Amino acid sequence: MVKFTRRGFMIGGAAVGGTLAAGMAIGVGFLSTVDTDGLDGALREDGTIGLNAWVRITPDGHITFAIPRTEMGQGVFTSLPMLIAEELEVSLDAGNVSVIHPTEALPVYTNYVLALRKRPEELSGAADWLGKKVFSLVPYIGTGGSTSVVDAYTPLRRAGAAARSMLLKAAAERWATSIANLRAENGSVINTQTGERLGYGDLAERAASMSPDRDIPLKPRKQFRLVGKPHPRVDIPAKTRGEAVFGVDVNLPNMLFATVMQSPVFGGMVASFDDTAAMAARGVHKVVNLGNAVGVIAESYYYAKKALRLVKVTFKGGDEKLSSKDISAALNMAVDAGETHVFEEEGSVDTKLSTLETFEARYETPYLAHACMEPMACTALVQDGKVEMWSSSQAPLTMDWAADRNIKDLKEVTSHTMLTGGGFGRKIELDVGAQVVQLAATMPGRPVKLIWSREEDIQHDMYRPAAVARVRAALGSTGMPEAFDYKLGIQSVMQAFSRRNMPIEEDGLKDQGNVEGVRHHPYAFGARRVANSAVELPVPVGSWRSVGHSNNAFFVESFVDELAHKAGVDPFTYRERLLAHDTRLSALMAKLRDLSGWDSGDGKARGVAFHPSFRSFVGQVAEISVDAERGMRVERVTCVVDCGVTVNPDTIRAQMEGGIIFALSAAMHGEITIEGGRVVEENFPSYEMVRMYDTPEIVVHIMENDEAPGGVGEPGVPPLFPAVTNAVFAANGERIRRLPLKKHGYWFA
Amino acid sequence: MTDIEFTVNGLPAKAGDDPDMPLLWYLRDRMMLTGTKFGCGIGACGACTVHVDGVPMRSCSLPLEAVAGADVRTIEGLSPEGGQTAVQAAWIKEQVPQCGYCQSGMIMAATALLADNPDPTDEEIDAAMTNICRCGTYPRIRKAIKKAAQMGGVHG
Repeated sequence: MVKFTRRGFMIGGAAVGGTLAAGMAIGVGFLSTVDTDGLDGALREDGTIGLNAWVRITPDGHITFAIPRTEMGQGVFTSLPMLIAEELEVSLDAGNVSVIHPTEALPVYTNYVLALRKRPEELSGAADWLGKKVFSLVPYIGTGGSTSVVDAYTPLRRAGAAARSMLLKAAAERWATSIANLRAENGSVINTQTGERLGYGDLAERAASMSPDRDIPLKPRKQFRLVGKPHPRVDIPAKTRGEAVFGVDVNLPNMLFATVMQSPVFGGMVASFDDTAAMAARGVHKVVNLGNAVGVIAESYYYAKKALRLVKVTFKGGDEKLSSKDISAALNMAVDAGETHVFEEEGSVDTKLSTLETFEARYETPYLAHACMEPMACTALVQDGKVEMWSSSQAPLTMDWAADRNIKDLKEVTSHTMLTGGGFGRKIELDVGAQVVQLAATMPGRPVKLIWSREEDIQHDMYRPAAVARVRAALGSTGMPEAFDYKLGIQSVMQAFSRRNMPIEEDGLKDQGNVEGVRHHPYAFGARRVANSAVELPVPVGSWRSVGHSNNAFFVESFVDELAHKAGVDPFTYRERLLAHDTRLSALMAKLRDLSGWDSGDGKARGVAFHPSFRSFVGQVAEISVDAERGMRVERVTCVVDCGVTVNPDTIRAQMEGGIIFALSAAMHGEITIEGGRVVEENFPSYEMVRMYDTPEIVVHIMENDEAPGGVGEPGVPPLFPAVTNAVFAANGERIRRLPLKKHGYWFA
Repeated sequence: MTDIEFTVNGLPAKAGDDPDMPLLWYLRDRMMLTGTKFGCGIGACGACTVHVDGVPMRSCSLPLEAVAGADVRTIEGLSPEGGQTAVQAAWIKEQVPQCGYCQSGMIMAATALLADNPDPTDEEIDAAMTNICRCGTYPRIRKAIKKAAQMGGVHG
């Protein structure tokens, strides 16, 4: 059930009313594949001329790409400009190009794949029309779900082509010639009859008043200069000199620093506090009761942190008895006896289960924290009903909501998106934004930068939900499945997220994110049923890199591995049989088999896993060694990814490498433990990460084809868990059905 | 109380009467040198690595009194204005950073390693490079350190 609240729509209207009206009015066919409107053509305050929402040019020829997706290391500041530049005919290497996060919240910046799970060019019909209308109204600008390239692949090439057509028209007018005599090349328009050349800067002002051509044909893939070829990332040089400004690095004149202590027990509130000693401490300006937290504002983070220890505070409320043991029991009970929602049912699952040989296994995963290297931070300036914010948010719109919920008579919100020091889904939340607005409101006219300690970050995350799955199969005479029955017990991420942040509340029982990566799985399972039961618990859950896939890949691929061993079939061959009907995926598996040395006969322990996610497909083989004391090394991971057409292949490689290491940390060490209603782990020693010395050799191969683009930021994560645990089984016969590995006595030797 | 005096990137710094303040917060909140990052506050992740008299140190856990008279170098002071060291050039060549947040600390740690050992083995790299990167750039960091060594290390 979806409940609409009035408040949400008022938030959208209040915050972006102005740009909204303009954007809608100029819209080029509302359901058409791309709307490139959104900026006035006139010379703007910053000296640029907007040709459309993404392209700004100065009269001296400097080109700025406005990219409304947060650069958090996944390379959107390069891949998205590559798409525009491909058609605009400019180079990204020249010194006259910059990339920025725009502050305008334009409807055309909406991420339709994130909002509607459809690429803009896939939208059709009345329901999509309404969906597009609603999400443009918000507007739903966010970075997550491995969607940036998927969403932008066609629209941003169109935006580049539209801007180019405007520049060509301006040149045709200047030279009184036909566009047919002109060619755009490397930031200039060339008159092919006379050889004359005009830079885009010379043409920009006039071009801005031209209407772009409709339906400009886009280059076929074989003519691409940039797209599909490795391109150096534009943000990297500054990141080697300490010049890149992340959210936590914002420095403003007259700025103060703040930090907070939240109720260690989830749901607890401040019952009493005494700030006498804290207020007397050096450099302290204010101690603020935030309801479920206490904050200190001071002249340095260090002073704020030191004074926070002097605040005498007691928290009350929340479930002080909650433990990981109870949670595990609740998830298991949900699987066995909870209210069930069936997402997918095909064929006679129950008949097959009652008549054929069956196999059943149960798996469990823990809560996981994001632990972004840049701790949670946000800066706000509140004055006269106006709020200005600087954040490393994955969704600037949530910053608008943070302001709206905390400032009475809010007149205006300006949200600056800074570089993000790791997001992984954590920074799509508004919690830190809401806190800093409350803090800054007590110091009108002075910017306040809130920084959480690492301990607050680990203990007050929106965790990857713990989950339990019971998986059953009915087996044919060859040991291949004839029926597959999947039952999950989990806390819904979308219910939690929508309750915290959105004007609608999703029904957790029907959250399709719970079972993503199982539903519509390409394996030929025969009859199948995919169901879940949702549990509500006080532990906050959220999107953690690959979200539901991070659980489901482990459950499905551990189970399939068990089926293969039970059937006495090589686990790689078993999967190939399950994918034999699909030529695209069979090609992926053949490549993986070859590249990983699966058939090398060298006696090494290898585990394989395949997982579809975010419109991409990834197969991985982990090669490990384990000694008698369970000291293990992951020696090598071979990864084959099919993400359809590619934009920046080196970024795809980097994302696979990073996804594998991110997942390896979780597979070995990752577990958030709840005792007494609070998180036990505090910082990196108790919530450990893979380091250089634990890192395997990683080999990545990208399949080449013309399929529609898939995501790459997350798909490298899910298969790693089962690839490693299946390799453990190959090494010593121990089947890991519950993560992390350290729970079973394993450690990195 | 006497001022704690030291130098930061060759320039004189005076820390007043805050002997307990960690060097990190003096650099970030007082000197506005935000290239040095806050990661954990307990010296466990290395994001805050700077050189103190050429030795890599975790500045979040280093009180100002411990750097009295020392020469502190941060990422901002690594290369002359507008230039880049072999380590920085190798980092770009190998396209190391993703989010980039840990990379100042990584580059400071790698620079100190190469100053000590111009041609480190894999084992020596493993022993020296204990900082955390959540994006998982470790394989590229290893390649970049070897590349920088080929390019002449810290003297390249």
